[in-house]
Parts: sequence; structure tokens; C-alpha cells
Amino acid sequence: MSDVSIIGIGLHPFGRTPQRSGLEQGVFAAQAALADAGLSWKDVQYAFGGSHSAGNADTMVNRLGLTGLPFINVSNGCATGGSALLGACLAIRSGECDVAIAIGFDKHDTGAFSVNPGDWGLGQWYGEIGLAVTTQFFAMKLQRYMHEYGITHDALVRVAVKAYANGACNPNAWRRQALSYEDIAQSPMLNEPLRKYMFCSPAEGAAALVLASASAARRFGGKRVTLRAATIRTRHFGSFEVFSPSLAVQRAPSPSVMASRAAYEMAGVAPEDVDVAQLQDTESGAEIMHMAENGFCRDGEQEGMLREGQTSIGGRLPINTDGGCMANGEPIGASGLRQVYELCLQLRGEAGPRQVANTPRVGYSHVYGAPGVSAVTILSV
Amino acid sequence: MQRSIDPHLFEWPSDDPRLMGSECEACGVVTFPRQTSCPGCGSGKVVARRLGASGRLWTWTTQEFLPKPPYAVARTAADFVPFKLGYIELPGEVLIESRIVAPAHEPLTIGMPMRLMFEPLFRDASGAEVISFAFAPAEAAA
Repeated sequence: MSDVSIIGIGLHPFGRTPQRSGLEQGVFAAQAALADAGLSWKDVQYAFGGSHSAGNADTMVNRLGLTGLPFINVSNGCATGGSALLGACLAIRSGECDVAIAIGFDKHDTGAFSVNPGDWGLGQWYGEIGLAVTTQFFAMKLQRYMHEYGITHDALVRVAVKAYANGACNPNAWRRQALSYEDIAQSPMLNEPLRKYMFCSPAEGAAALVLASASAARRFGGKRVTLRAATIRTRHFGSFEVFSPSLAVQRAPSPSVMASRAAYEMAGVAPEDVDVAQLQDTESGAEIMHMAENGFCRDGEQEGMLREGQTSIGGRLPINTDGGCMANGEPIGASGLRQVYELCLQLRGEAGPRQVANTPRVGYSHVYGAPGVSAVTILSV
Repeated sequence: MQRSIDPHLFEWPSDDPRLMGSECEACGVVTFPRQTSCPGCGSGKVVARRLGASGRLWTWTTQEFLPKPPYAVARTAADFVPFKLGYIELPGEVLIESRIVAPAHEPLTIGMPMRLMFEPLFRDASGAEVISFAFAPAEAAA
């Protein structure tokens, strides 16, 4: 399989930017990624982009330049960014082009996401009685997981403390103020056992990546990070997913487990080889469960790892070094590419005050979203 | 006047109303609500199945903020009453996601016996009382 490199990265600050539409934030990120690569828009041969609720990505060409390039709009829930990245990667690997861009952006209203049950193949009743709330799913998956594997409330608080501490070191994060253990442990309960400051919030932001074939990357020079694997998997029968009026009696591994295994195999690396990871942290419990689903520990070991600070920036396996979804907020279309942006910064040694020591060489990112889709990437330098 | 929130979900009116699911004739997988094909094997040979009325609590949570529309039980934060919900495992059949009716001070525990019940949840535009299904701890429902 031919190598694909990430040769340019760009990000629009996450959080709230009332003066810019979601599309304008996407343009901002794309231009930043091109500048980082030392290229201009006319050098881009293929584009993949998407948002969940901020408009059609391909209309960005009005701002970026009407060069006639093929531009594929991507709409794949929380895996929108990962899907755009996979599309760009496959376009290069197929030989269709040498230089492609992946752009993800979004802009959501405040508060929990609005859900139209019909969009998810469900009757209106599901929303009318109060079950079409994504945060309930995370709480119920976590409640069962805590029951089975002895994870405690202490671990949930520790994940959130870490997220805001990392966010405080990230000038592009939304929430840049560290919160104390007590701030988090005493914040209002939203869905037991999850409290307000253990959740991410819908927000705004954009990220873009310029990808190139090995030969084009050599031609352009500059900084290169190799995309070793990009995978997407949907759910198997029996996995526990959001928006499920019923579940099978028998359990199956989550789509994250399947996407993760495929990515390790494609990249030829093992979990022990990973130096820095970004895992979907919709809330504290998601990060904990995703640590095991992505192969970084066995179920239940997270409790000790968190207590020992193993996933903090100075630890054995730093996770969500940019503050993750909790400190950056969740613009659905942008989060997956934000993770890869952060990994590139870390692997290039440009992460400033949150730089992982000893020159990390292998990075890992993972997103999960409704109705049961996961995307994983593995990068190396 | 009363009506079912959705005539496809459960028998109503009935002396012994039950949730209505479907069962795959090829592989035996049970779903709720009814589906026209099987999520396990994709077969189109599925038949209606009257589901059991009791089971055990598999997981649960609370809803402590007002859900956005189409939530119909309350429209404003002032009217909103927090509620519990969870998945109830009907042995050998399927796990059902449901509101749970239980006293606020009584903690729910995974594995506790639960029983199907029905409750009026809100009034629709015509003034009819809208009935939906729920589960309650088995002792309380008896």
C-alpha cells in the first residue's frame, strides 16, 4: 500500500465565534492548512469536506477559488471528519490524485443536540417520551460498565480534571481554565453518574488537513507525517448503541473495537507502540471505555492508570493532550480532524506547553458517534 | 379520553396489554418495536411477537434536564420533572429501553426485578390523555 502523508494542517479556534459562520471557519482552516503546506488552493486536486449542521462543504469553493476540482460532501455523523480524511486518503492511494484536502467544520446551537427521531428511523414517540437524548446513552453504557468492571466516580472526575488542565495549555481550546476536582465532583448531575463538567458541549470550530502521495510530498518538501491507517466501521448486531429502543440479549464488540483492530493491522503497529492518543471523550466515561475498546488496557485497568496519571501529558500514554471534546467542545464535523491536527502537532514537536516529551513517533486517534460508527487513524513520523 | 402514544408499540386498550415486538423466523432474534426485517441476519421473514411483562434492570440513568422537542411531557424547565430510564432485560427475548417509574429516594440497582406498566404521560392537542409504556420495580408495580 502506497504511503500517504499529511503535509499541511490548519485549525480554526474551537468554541464560540459569533462573527463567523461555520463555512467561514472551514475556509479559515483550509487556508491555514494550505499555508502550512506551502501550497495554494489551485494545487489541490481533490477535496472532501463536511459538517453536520453548518451547511454544504462544497460551497467553500466560492471563497477558496473556483478551480473546478472534484469536491465530495461528506455527512457521516461524528465520523464526518474521519470519513473526509479516509476519502482523501483513498483518492490518493487509488492514483486518482496526488494532493487532496479534508475539511471538517460545524456550528451548533447551545444545549444538548436536537434530535428528530425520524432521521434515525424511529417513531416520534421515542422523542415525545424523552428517550431521544444522546447523553442518556453515554450514561447508561457507563453505568453498566462501572457495574461490570469496578470503575468508580473518582475516575470520572479525574478524566475531566485532566481534560480542562490540558485545555488550559491550548490557545485554540474553548475552555482554557483548569477546573478543580471539587468543581467537577460538585457540578450539577445531568444523567447519573455523569455531571455537568464531565460532558462536552456542542460548539463551533473547523480543522483541515492537506494530504499528498509519497512522491508529491517529497516534491513539496516541508513537514511530513505519515498516515499509517484510516479506518471506519459501523456497528455489529448486538453492540450497545445510541438511539436503540431495544437491544439484543447477546452482546457484540463495539464498532470502535472493530475499527481499532483493523487500523492496528493496516498500520502494522500494536497499542504498546502508540506514544500519544486522542480518544472520543464525549464525556468522562467515554474516554475510559474507549481506552479499553482501542486496546490500550484491559477493562477495569483504567481506574489505576488514571490514579497514577498515566494518561496525563507527563504519563506513559498521554490521552487527549489538546483537552479533547470536553475542553474544545463538539462541533460534530470538525472533531475528528481536530484530533489528527493535534497528533500532527505532537509528532512534529510543535505542541508548545502541552508537548509530549521524548519526541513521540506514533499517534492514534478515535471518534465514535450515532448511530454506531467509529473512525480510527494511526500516524507516525 | 385516552389514546396510545403509538398504536404499533403495545396492545391498547387491553385487559393485559403487552409490548409488541417481532421475531425472526430464520434466526429467532427479537426486536422492539416491530421491524419488517431482522437486524441480526437480514431475513424478511419476521412475525409479530407479544413480549414478556417482566424482567431485570440491565442499566439505568436519570434525566435531570429538560429534553429538547419533540419531548411532550413538559415544554419548559419550570414544568419539567426529572425522570429515570433504563434497559430492562426480558429473559431470552430482548432488552427494552424505557422510562422507569420509581420513587425518587429509592435507588435503582442493576439486576433488580422490573415489571411492565402503562401511564398517562401528557395530553395531546385534542385534550386526549396519551398513554405510554414504562417499567417499575416489581414490588412497587404489584
